[in-house]
Formats: sequence, C-alpha cells, structure tokens
Amino acid sequence: MTSELDIFVGNTTLIDEDVYRLWLDGYSVSDAVALRVRSGILEQTGATAAVLQSDTMDHYRTFQMLERLLHAPPKLLHQLIFQIPPSRQALLIERYYAFDEAFVREVLGKKLSKGTKKDLDDISTKTGITLKSCRRQFDNFKRVFKVVEEMRGSLVDNIQQHFLLSDRLARDYAAIVFFANNRFETGKKKLQYLSFGDFAFCAELMIQNWTLGAVGEAPTDPDPQADDMDMDLDKEFLQDLKELKVLVADKDLLDLHKSLVCTALRGKLGVFSEMEANFKNLSRGLVNVAAKLTHNKDVRDLFVDLVEKFVEPCRSDHWPLNDVRLFLNQYSASVHSLDGFRHQALWDRYMGTLRGCLLRLCHD
Amino acid sequence: MPGKLKVKIVAGRHLPVMDRASDLTDAFVEVKFGNTTFKTDVYLKSLNPQWNSEWFKFEVDDEDLQDEPLQITVLDHDTYSANDAIGKVYIDIDPLLYSEAATVISGWFPIYDTIHGIRGEINVVVKVDLFNDLNRFRQSSCGVKFFCTTSIPKCYRAVIIHGFVEELVVNEDPEYQWIDRIRTPRASNEARQRLISLMSGELQRKIGLKVLEMRGNAVVGYLQCFDLEGESGLVVRAIGTACTLDKLSSPAAFLPACNSPSKEMKEIPFNEDPNPNTHSSGPSTPLKNQTYSFSPSKSYSRQSSSSDTDLSLTPKTGMGSGSAGKEGGPFKALLRQQTQSALEQRGGSPHKFCRRREFPFFTLTAFPPGFLVHVGGVVSARSVKLLDRIHNPDEPETRDAWWAEIRQEIKSHAKALGCHAVVGYSESTSICEEVCILSASGTAAVLNPRFLQDGTVEGCLEQRLEENLPAGCGFCHIPYDELNMPFPAHLTYCYNCRKQKVPDVLFTTIDLPMDAAVIGKGCLIQARLCRLKKKAQAEANATAISNLLPFMEYEVHTQLMNKLKLKGMNALFGLRIQISVGENMLMGLASATGVYLAALPTPGGIQIAGKTPNDGSYEQHISHMQKKINDTIAKNKELYEINPPEISEEIIGSPIPEPRQRSRLLRSQSESSDEVTELDLSHGKKDAFVLEIDDTDAMEDVHSLLTDVPPPSGFYSCNTEIMPGINNWTSEIQMFTSVRVIRLSSLNLTNQALNKNFNDLCENLLKSLYFKLRSMIPCCLCHVNFTVSLPEDELIQVTVTAVAITFDKNQALQTTKTHAEKSLQRASTDNEELLQFPLELCSDSLPSHPFPPAKEHLESASSNSGIPAAQRATSVDYSSFADRCSSWIELIKLKAQTIRRGSIKTTVTVEKASPVGEGNFRNRSSPPCANSTVGVVKMTPLSFIPGAKITKYLGIINMFFIRETTSLREEGGVSGFLHAFIAEVFAMVRAHVAALGGNAVVSYIMKQCVFMENPNKNQAQCLINVSGDAVVFVRESELEVVSTQQPAANCQPSCTGGEVTT
Repeated sequence: MTSELDIFVGNTTLIDEDVYRLWLDGYSVSDAVALRVRSGILEQTGATAAVLQSDTMDHYRTFQMLERLLHAPPKLLHQLIFQIPPSRQALLIERYYAFDEAFVREVLGKKLSKGTKKDLDDISTKTGITLKSCRRQFDNFKRVFKVVEEMRGSLVDNIQQHFLLSDRLARDYAAIVFFANNRFETGKKKLQYLSFGDFAFCAELMIQNWTLGAVGEAPTDPDPQADDMDMDLDKEFLQDLKELKVLVADKDLLDLHKSLVCTALRGKLGVFSEMEANFKNLSRGLVNVAAKLTHNKDVRDLFVDLVEKFVEPCRSDHWPLNDVRLFLNQYSASVHSLDGFRHQALWDRYMGTLRGCLLRLCHD
Repeated sequence: MPGKLKVKIVAGRHLPVMDRASDLTDAFVEVKFGNTTFKTDVYLKSLNPQWNSEWFKFEVDDEDLQDEPLQITVLDHDTYSANDAIGKVYIDIDPLLYSEAATVISGWFPIYDTIHGIRGEINVVVKVDLFNDLNRFRQSSCGVKFFCTTSIPKCYRAVIIHGFVEELVVNEDPEYQWIDRIRTPRASNEARQRLISLMSGELQRKIGLKVLEMRGNAVVGYLQCFDLEGESGLVVRAIGTACTLDKLSSPAAFLPACNSPSKEMKEIPFNEDPNPNTHSSGPSTPLKNQTYSFSPSKSYSRQSSSSDTDLSLTPKTGMGSGSAGKEGGPFKALLRQQTQSALEQRGGSPHKFCRRREFPFFTLTAFPPGFLVHVGGVVSARSVKLLDRIHNPDEPETRDAWWAEIRQEIKSHAKALGCHAVVGYSESTSICEEVCILSASGTAAVLNPRFLQDGTVEGCLEQRLEENLPAGCGFCHIPYDELNMPFPAHLTYCYNCRKQKVPDVLFTTIDLPMDAAVIGKGCLIQARLCRLKKKAQAEANATAISNLLPFMEYEVHTQLMNKLKLKGMNALFGLRIQISVGENMLMGLASATGVYLAALPTPGGIQIAGKTPNDGSYEQHISHMQKKINDTIAKNKELYEINPPEISEEIIGSPIPEPRQRSRLLRSQSESSDEVTELDLSHGKKDAFVLEIDDTDAMEDVHSLLTDVPPPSGFYSCNTEIMPGINNWTSEIQMFTSVRVIRLSSLNLTNQALNKNFNDLCENLLKSLYFKLRSMIPCCLCHVNFTVSLPEDELIQVTVTAVAITFDKNQALQTTKTHAEKSLQRASTDNEELLQFPLELCSDSLPSHPFPPAKEHLESASSNSGIPAAQRATSVDYSSFADRCSSWIELIKLKAQTIRRGSIKTTVTVEKASPVGEGNFRNRSSPPCANSTVGVVKMTPLSFIPGAKITKYLGIINMFFIRETTSLREEGGVSGFLHAFIAEVFAMVRAHVAALGGNAVVSYIMKQCVFMENPNKNQAQCLINVSGDAVVFVRESELEVVSTQQPAANCQPSCTGGEVTT
C-alpha cells in the first residue's frame, strides 16, 4: 500500500511555524521529519511518523505555492487563493525575509551578481547554513535591491512599501542594499570582529547624512532623475571633502586644532598622553579618509581605512570607549573654533556621521 | 422581454505575462450571455489593466436568465496571430433573480483557465433589472429560492413543507463527442463546464416550476449531482424539499401572523393567477395534491410495539427487472418475506396519502420542533443498472424510470415500517465503465401533518396528539405494529416515558432531533468494507455486483452494530452508506454518529463464542479477547460520559420475547450470561451480541473492531450537524478537504488484505486530521463526510470534508446534559430558533416539558457566550474588511516599535512617498496595500456559524470546475496538482460569495471530486463540483448594531409563492 496522493487543504491556510522555520532553513522533507521527531512531537501528540511525514509534506507544498507570492509580498495580501489571517501573513513575510547574521556578513558589500551566487556553496560550507537557505537569502537581497534600485525617495520607506517588512527588517535591508550598491569592503580579516549590526548602524547614518536624499529635495538639482536619493553617496559632497585636507595639510591649523582639543580634554581622559602623542596621526587618518572618498575604490575601503587609521591605534593604546567618545566630540567641535577653516558645514556633515560610526566600530 | 442584464468590466490585476518580449499583456475582455457578445477596449501593456467599461446590456428572457451563466473571457490581444485566451469567469446570476437576495454582484473574481488554473483577477459589476410580466409564462421560475441547507434556513419560518421535488436532465458529454478528437483539451473542458452550468441552470428552473406548481416558494435541502456516464452521456439530477417559507421579521411582528398560516396563503399572488399551462395539474388540484389525507390520530393509536433498525436491501440487476426472491442471501429473503407480509397486512391501512402524493420524501435532516413524530429506521434501496446511450436527451425516460423504481421501493420499505414518510432522504450513484449502482436511502418516519398542508383543518386533533407525546423520546417510539414487525427486533418500554415501546437500537439518516434526550457525548462510527469481484463485462458484471451487494450491506450493518455496542451507545444518526464500484472490487463505507439515547435501553455487551470449546489455549485466547472487549466498552463509556441512571426492572417490564433470527456471525442471545457486567445482571433477558469466532475471517472482524483508535483527548468527531453533548461552541472554525489515494500492491489482493488497507487508509487519514488540527483543541470535527471511489484498478481514493469547531472545555465539563439544555444548543447560536415556531411553543408546553428552567438556561447560555469573548478577541476578527489592511499596516508599525538602534528618521514625509506611485517601476502599479479588498469568507458544511447569526441568504452557490495539466511533474506531481486545484476552488467559491456581498458559505459540500491521472504521459485531470448557500452573518457581539438595521431589511415584501418579480 503506497500513498499516491495525500493532501489537506483548509479554507484558512494552516501555517505551522515550526515547519515553516525548517522549510526556510532549507531542510529537505525527510530531514525536517527527522528533526521534528527529535523535537519530541510524536510523544506529545501521540502521532505516528507517517502522520508527521504527511503533515510535513503538506506544509512544504503549501510553502512552495506561497513562495511565488512571497517574492512580491503585496501580492500575498491581494491574492485570493490562500485565505490567511493578516497576522499570519505578516509572519510569513517577516520570516521569509529574515536572514542569518552569519550569512549576511559573508555577502555584505558584495555585488549581488551571478558571480557571488556561485560562491554560495562555499558560504554554505563555511557558515553551516544550507545552500537552499543561502540561495533564498541571497535572492531576497537581490530582489529587494532590484526593486528599490531605481526608486526615488526614502530607501526604508520604499522597502517597507514594496515588501511590507517590519520597520526593523526594512532598515536592515536598507543597509544591505546600501552596502551592495556602494560595494563597501566588509570581508577583510581586520573587519571580521564587526557584526552586521555595526555595519547596519553605519549604513543608516551614512544614508541619513551622506546621500543625496539626506539633503532633502535639492531644488537646484537640474535633473531629479539623475541620482537615486538614498542609495548613492552624494558625489558633490564627496568631491567637497577634499577641502578638509587643509586641516592636516596646514601645519598651523593642525597644531591649533590639537591644542584646542588637548586643552579641553586635559584631565578628562584616562589616555590623555597617548591621545596627545597620537593626535596628529589620528587626525591625518580621519581627514585623509575623507579626502580620498572621491575615488570609488577608496569608498569601498572606507571601513578598512577607518579601522586601520583610527580603531586599531585606539585599541592598541587601550582607549576606553568613553574616552573615544570624549575625544571625538571634542575633535569635531574644536574645528568650529578654527578661524581659518571655512568648511564648517561640510566638516559637520562628515564628522557627525563618522563620529557615530567610529564609536560603533570601537569594540573588541 | 422580462429582464435586462447589465455588466461592467472595471479592472484586472495580477494578469499573467502574455508577451514574453515586453513582459506585459495587452488584455481585453469578452462578455457573453446567451448568443450576445460584447468586448471591451484593449488595454495595452499592463498586468493591471483598468478597462472601466461602459455598461454592457443584455436584453433577455428570464428563462435564459435562469439557465445561462454569464461568461467573461479575458484575452490577450495579438495583432498578427489569434488572440490568446487568458482565462474565464462564469458567473451564475441566479441570486439576482429573487428580490431578497443579492441586488448586485460586484467584486474581484479569479480568472480561471482549465489548463493553467487561476491567472489573475478581474473586477466585474453585474446587475439585473427584472420587469414585471403580467402574462405569466411559467417556463421560468424566477423567485423560487434554493437552499442547500437541509433544515429550515435560519432566518425563515416554514409555513408549509410541501414535499419532494426531483428532476433530471441528460445530455451528451462533450468529452465523448467526435469533435473532441480535433479540439484542444482546453476547448473540450470549457465546453463541458459550460454545458454543466447550462444544465444545472435548466434543472434548477425546472425544479422551480414544480415548486411553483405545488404553490411553494423555496426548495430546501437542494442536492444536485452529476453522473458522468462516459460514452452514454451526462446526467444532472437534483432532489429537494419544496417549502413555503416566510422570512422572519422582528419576533414581535411575526407572532400573530403565524397563528393563521392560511391567511398567508392568500397573499400568494399565484392564487389569483391560475396556471395557464396545461401540462400541469389544473389550478385547483394542486391544493389537494399536497394534502396528506391520513389521519394522524389513527396512526398514533396503532403504535404499540417496537423495532430494531433496518437496512432493507433489494438490489436489482439491470436486465431482469428483478423479482426480489432470486437474489440476496437467506437473511434478505427472510427480510423480504416479512416486509411483504407487513405490506399485505397493511393493505387497507389508513395511510392512503401516498395515493395522491407520489413520493412522501423529505431531503431535510433537521426539522421544526414537533414535525417529526416517530422514526421507524433506515430504509435504503440499491439497484444495479447497465448504462446505455441516451438517445433522446429531451426524454430522459430511462433514467427517470430507474429512479422512480428505487423511490417506489423506498416508499414500500417505509410503509413496511409503518411509516408514511421518508426523511433525511438522499440519492447517489457509483459508476464504473457501463455499470451503475443507484442508491437511495432515508429514514422512515411518521410526520406531523400540520406542516404538510395549508390551513389548520386538523389543528385541534394534532394538538391533542401532541399533548400526549412526551418530549425527548416521542420520535423513538416505534411506528409499526408490534405483532407484525417487519424484521426481528427487541422491544422494551421507553426508558423515558415508560408508556410506549421502543426498539433496542435506532439507526437514522437524520440529524439528532434538538429535543432528543441524550446521555453523554456522541462519536463518529464508521464501517469499512472491501469485496473483491472478478473483472467482467456488461451483464455478467452487473450480475456479479448485484450478487455481492446484499452481503456487503449485511456486513456493513453488522460492523456498525458491533462498533456501536463497543461504544456503549444505542443509536446512530446521520447514517450514510456508500457503496462504490470499481473494476475488480466493491467498497462499502458507512459513517454515522453514535449516541446514547436516554429513551432506548442500555445496549448489552458483546460476547465472543469460540467454535471449539474444548481447546484450552483457544479458550484462553477467547477469554482474553472478551476481556479486551469489555475493557474497551468500559473505557468508551467513560470517554463519552455515558452513565445512564439505573432503572429498576419492574418499571420497565420484561422485553417481549420473539423469534430470533440466526445467522453465522451475529445473533441475539436470550440467556443471561455471567461474563457481561452488572448491567446485565439487572436484566435477565438483556441481549448481548454474540460474535461467534468460527473462522479466521471472524477473528479478523473482532480484531478490526478493536483497532479503531479513539481520537486524542480534546477531540471529538461526528458526521452530523452538531455534536451530541457539546453545546458551547466558540467562534473559531476551520473547514477543510483532505484527499488520499493509495495504490494497492496487486500481489496480495485478498479480501482481508483489502479490508486492512482500507481500514488503515481511513484511520490514518483521521489521525492526520487530528494531528493537523491539534492547535484547535478542544475541538470537534463536525459533519465529517467521507467519500470513497475507485478511480482505477488498485487505486482507492478517499475524500473527506469536515469542519473543526472549537468549544469551551470548561463549560463542557460543568454541564450535565438535560434535554432542555440540549434543545438550546442551537438556540444559543441562533436565538430566534425557538421563536421561529411560536405556534409550536404553545402546543409544546407539555406538562413534562420543563419550560421555565429552559428559559433560565437560555439566559445562562447567552451569558456564557460572553465568557469566551477574550478568546474571540485574540483570534483576529476579520469581519470589517475595510479596516483590515490598515490594521495590517498598524501591525507592521507596532512591530516596528521595537527599534533596535537609535531611533532616527522615523518620520515619513509625504513628499517623499508620493512620487513612488507615478514612476515607471514594474511593480509600482500594484495597488498600495491599504486598498486590499480581500475579505475573509468562512466556509462550513454546517447550516450555522457558531457564535454568529445568519441575517441573510444570498443564494445558492453551485460550481463545477475542470482542471487539467500536461505538466504534472512540474506542478508538483499529483499532490501538488490537486492541492493547488482545491485551493483554487475554495478561492473561487469565496470570491463569488464576497461578490454577492456575503461573508460565509454554509451547508458547503464537495459533491464530486473525480481525479484521473496518467503519470506516464505526465497528465492529470480533475473535476470538482461544490455547492453551498452564500450568506451574510453577523457576530453575536455585533448583533445590537444589526438589530437596528433589521427593520429596514425586512421592508421588502415577504416571500410568497409566486414571487412578484418575474
């Protein structure tokens, strides 16, 4: 006796959260059944393995049918085939678009291309996440990227509107899209200590301050379609950043800046002497990073540079985080007192964001 | 020109990509009704076209309005080649033809293609303007309401229940026409869908005509079926119960009206408007036609004895229009003899009503209080026929004759049981190649004639009759003559009133009457059986089948009886026996709900007797089995809370001794046995079933008895509308369909192996259901409907449709079920139920009826319904669709409040959001989610929705779909294919209901699910036929709001026979 056909269709589509998770995690039906058996469900319910197998198959089939709709979540809301309560719809979407930290760290900043997709096997082996799940996550990134790529307006809003994600997840996707678009390097060894959250935090700050969208609707912009609002860094701004070079190039200005900072922080920093000794190096590092951002390659290396030029020196001198904060605040603020420096607004736009990023990046 | 149909095509969405080059579609729509076709403009390059067409107007006869479906075809315009069809929507406009149902059909319909399934949706608005036509035509029957519900619909009152209506139409099956060789599968499928749609329209119209002739205005318990007879054609047949219904307005308003039903009759316009059609009986006769002229008081006086249940079996072969004597086993012959003698005895009985009314059958399974006087038992008839080509579709005489024959037999069986009517009546067929088994079954009953005729001529007589009838047990009292019992039975005095005789076991096809006194809870009982049969052709095949049938019926009956005893219960309700025929086997599947009726005697146990009493080890084995059986009975009694009060011997009196019929497996035993528990000790002559184990078959039978596993705790199941013993439903319901097909390995095809396979299949299916629905515990599977078919050699298909309803366990435990409370089961879901038959209430207030307590219970019931409010709140209430999406957004926002990082940029500027809509991004045109129109539509096979009140019936839903694929593997194999198809069928039903303005389908039934596959060719085909009643329901919590609106809704003229609109 073999079962040729075995289906269950409810007027309200049954969604088993546990099976959904197994499906999302890319387990095959037999693996999923084995895992469910191990969870002790048979003892709890008195069911047999055959029942479990049939149930798992049913759910998998349902999820496969739903997957097409999940690719465009608004469709899931409008479709008539599956009657799913709104709370369940939200759960389906949210879980489908959720990703693994380990996976996202591997692809963050990479071009979401076929080439990267080919590397998913390696990522799968490395992270222990099933290839199927890797593919889903990668395809999700790519899909979101494609949809919002050419869209104007707030990145988070666009994502939320077209994928109906929670605010939190939409922000994460905004970061992923932003990183993928600007191809920030995140995979270097010295960046390994950073979590996705760290990068996402930086991405958000950068989106808010460094992109075209950040300055609001620029009335002077001759062609409003020319640039994407939130995805691309404001080219003009990056160009202008060169002007900051004077802060380190002009020796008087640098000395003045240093003395202003040192005066203000004397007695307040535990690592004052180290700071004093390193000030010029640190300042040179931060300003040079800014000045280099006109080149795409240097933009990509932004995080590598920040870690090399600032985070690592601080770390080697064992700066406490509070000292870093005090220093960076003072370092940014003191520039306002430099009479010879004319690019105060530019400096604030640069340093305001960078300060936030650096504070986030300074940890072990 | 009595009608104008107006159609407007608004928009489409989610259309498939038809032009690969642009990834877009140039869609337009053809709107066809009858022979007239309109087209919309082509909406270029969009997957979400906005046609916003003018109103297309069709001027048509109302006959066509009833027969024809509105056909909407969505196509992709192609400049160079033929336009490609995207898909179709068929809309049945019948609901628009009677005044109180829907006034407009408007909404999103799935665009359906028989090859690709659902391909996007289309927004359509349909209206009908009916003109008054004073020259009465009577080819159409606009205005007759149809209900699938097998009880009087909730917001109506039955003025008269006229009786049985039936009709069938036949045609050639397009699939078997010569042209099918040259047309595409799509064209063939569409031809079939359209034909069946037409035929069911025609059938409904014809039935409507009959109803009008009877001066009714509605058909209740309407059941329409298709027989796909293959080469010999396509038969669409329907049965139903004609009624005159009266819409309930506010309780105060209808109270006086119903005291004089005769007055109401005068309002029927049909009276002033005699039927000009000659083929029908003259204008004055119909009145007499519907009068049952039997005298109820006489029938009452006759009853003095008792009975067992009965399965009358009289298979007939196709060729020899079977004299019953030659076929069937000895058991049957005996039965037949007794039937015969009973018939003869009763020659001049007062039941002469049959003379006038051809078939006193009722498809209803639940009745107004007082309608059902006595129940005799199940009557059934089967007949095996050889299909021949239907030569003249306009004269479907053969099929008519076949059914007439069967109905005649049912009628005579009922008569033999001393009953003048058959209730819970249904008909079915099973076809394999050219052999067809026709089956009919019902419950013989004696009815209260008050509802059957107009006027209250015999009013006072009945009143007296009823006053003598004790509540809660009257229907159990035997209607037949004690001295001339049609079959052997064991009678005792009723355990409730002690006045009348009752049988020891009662089998019926109806729902448990509301006022029935029940002890404990009920449970689903199934008998399953397979019998191998040699492959044969034509007549030989038919003969082989008819020879097998009586044995199968007998064994099914035995199994049911044994399982019932094992459960410690004494009555079956909702019994449905299905016998399916395949190439090389017959399958029998009987489902029913077992209960313990307080009026019937406690069932005896089951005793096992070995054949070789001298073998020690054997005896040990036997006694071991006996112990197991006794344990099971004890366990079941506990599980279903069956603890009847002890009754002393004197009161009951000893049972009437009578000759017993003996048979191989099952016989009644008259001696007392010390093995059976104390129940028997109190009662020396109490019956215990003896299972004689004389061969391995019998052993198997005993084993299989014990293998049925009870449902896990927290689960109950029944196949009736309501679960006996549970009355505190909460509002969560889940309707589902589950299909399983197994392939038998052809090697070990023995009857035993087959039985085991089939048994396992059903048991595993049930287990799966319990597992899947475990999150709903405590819950009850209601209206569990199994159908079995044999699509091919070695394939068994089982389809189950049921609804899981949650209930409040705490209350369930507290309450001890008195019958007064029982009668409130429904009252709590529908407060008007009691008020629906106010006349009934006056006459029913018998001395024994605890009326004041009942009121208290009502109060407590209603206050109880408030308790699960918290639960209800957690399960999202979808009734307000408009808010649905905004709540969805809110949900997202709520979630969003758990912001992980610093809250930055949380304000969304409108300026930023707005340009999104105008850009030319691909997905942009999909409407923003705030405009979602997908409303929740509940579906249930029951006639009610727990925790809610049905306020309006919008019309019958009767849909037929074909789905075919030539890429079976790509669609996920057979399971993927059928899963998707059933989901699509649900979706289309819901869409139609929503478009009618409804939010639920009640009495939903999947009448057919014919699945054929050819995996080698990567092909599969499936036909599904579903029906139900579209309704509007309001949650009880929202009722106050509605009550203020109700007067307005009732301003419409109350429904009457002729219906003003034509």
